[in-house]
Amino acid sequence: MKIKHEAIWRELPIAGLIPEGGTAQEYKTGDWRSRRPIWDKEKCKSCLFCWVYCPDSSVLIQDKKMIGIDYDHCKGCGICSQICPPKIGAISMVDEG
Amino acid sequence: MGKKFVAKTGNETMAEAMRQINPDVVAAYPITPATEIVQIFAQFVADGVVNTEFVATESEHSAMSACIGAAAAGARVMTSTSSQGLALMWEMLYIAAGLRLPIVMPEVNRTLSSPINIHCDHSDTMGARDVGWIQIFSENVQEAYDNLIQAVVIAEEAKLPIMVTTDGFIISHGMESMEMIPDKEVTDFIGEYKPAYSVLDVDNPFTVGAIDFTDYYFEHKRAQIEAMSEAKKIIPQVQQRFGERFGRKYAAIEEYRLSDAEVAILVLGSTAGTAKVVIDELREKGHPVGMLKLRVFRPFPFEEIVRALSSVKVLAVLDRSDGVAGIGGPVFSEVRSAMYELDIRPRIVNYVYGLGGRNIDLALIQSVFTDLEKIAKTGKAEKMVSYLGVRE
Repeated sequence: MKIKHEAIWRELPIAGLIPEGGTAQEYKTGDWRSRRPIWDKEKCKSCLFCWVYCPDSSVLIQDKKMIGIDYDHCKGCGICSQICPPKIGAISMVDEG
Repeated sequence: MGKKFVAKTGNETMAEAMRQINPDVVAAYPITPATEIVQIFAQFVADGVVNTEFVATESEHSAMSACIGAAAAGARVMTSTSSQGLALMWEMLYIAAGLRLPIVMPEVNRTLSSPINIHCDHSDTMGARDVGWIQIFSENVQEAYDNLIQAVVIAEEAKLPIMVTTDGFIISHGMESMEMIPDKEVTDFIGEYKPAYSVLDVDNPFTVGAIDFTDYYFEHKRAQIEAMSEAKKIIPQVQQRFGERFGRKYAAIEEYRLSDAEVAILVLGSTAGTAKVVIDELREKGHPVGMLKLRVFRPFPFEEIVRALSSVKVLAVLDRSDGVAGIGGPVFSEVRSAMYELDIRPRIVNYVYGLGGRNIDLALIQSVFTDLEKIAKTGKAEKMVSYLGVRE
């Protein structure tokens, strides 16, 4: 069941239930971000530390290689740039405009 | 089957009712004067008389939290508490109601600290009047028992939690003659529980207790308010089914010699029994006095109250708690507000009594009626709010 955003109170499921799974993906939290991680593809060795540590599953990978950052969900916590090995330094944080 | 009467205290009765209800889960923490309810029930669990999963928690906050978790899993859940215990449950009480979980709780009315005191008044329950739980008050042991059996059905049909209160020590520890319903008939009356949702239903995953901001919270609250309004229709239906089956009739309010009364009092709980004796005595002497006993305080039955009191000239609302910073007690405020519906309404005064277990006796109640008759005669009330039985 999909809940329409303009639903009136009588149309909503009991007790504020969300009657389906995996809905966090639809909740775009990217606009919470005040600092943005910038990924340098050339420096990255795909150790995937950032993928392990990201609390919002916002490090995108394909075939065991990092391919980018999911800015729709990344909240800009900066853990990825902290955990990226200093000798690599593939993720830097910049202020959002 | 013939009637079988037994001698039981309020707490024993509530425990026996819980045995008959045989809930799936009971999570609780002991507190005077409610301790015995769960203590006796825990013995039933230990003896294998019930199938209940019993969770001994480290606080009432945890007890209500465990009840919420179990109820969200689809279990029929009960607990019991009193006073500070109810206060410690506070934030979880709101959550149980908002999640529409029909948790059933015998609550023993006891005052709140400070000063520390273990005796009866309604401060605890009245403090929880706006948490979204149905609240039913009991005059005596029999009514408490009947209320608790009905409460299971009311809660599950309304999909709202419910507390059935007994006055601390007066009912909880007072032994009375009462009639128990045979076990099987209780089982039949309450029926099988079909939860509105269960987190154990892995084939239909859902999120319960999700964050709910400015775009949905108001709509969800509006639906919860409607559920309480619906409960007003469900409660009399359940009471009627109970009456037809077991012979004892109940309603949201009980009118006692009220239809032709010129002056009346409105009370909750055990004080109603004492007041009936006073009313009978005064009636014998020709005084037109009566009483409205308020049984269901939440949802507040204002239509019934207005109808029942419309022809009374002077009314005293007896509150066993005080709002401290409001105008008298909470029952007074609500009743007075309800009566404003009428163009011609009774003069309404408030008596706060019995705080911290201070005894309310025949003479004190009679003094209220004397005051009311004086007001009816002179048309003047000296005080809007009086403190009955305090040294002053």
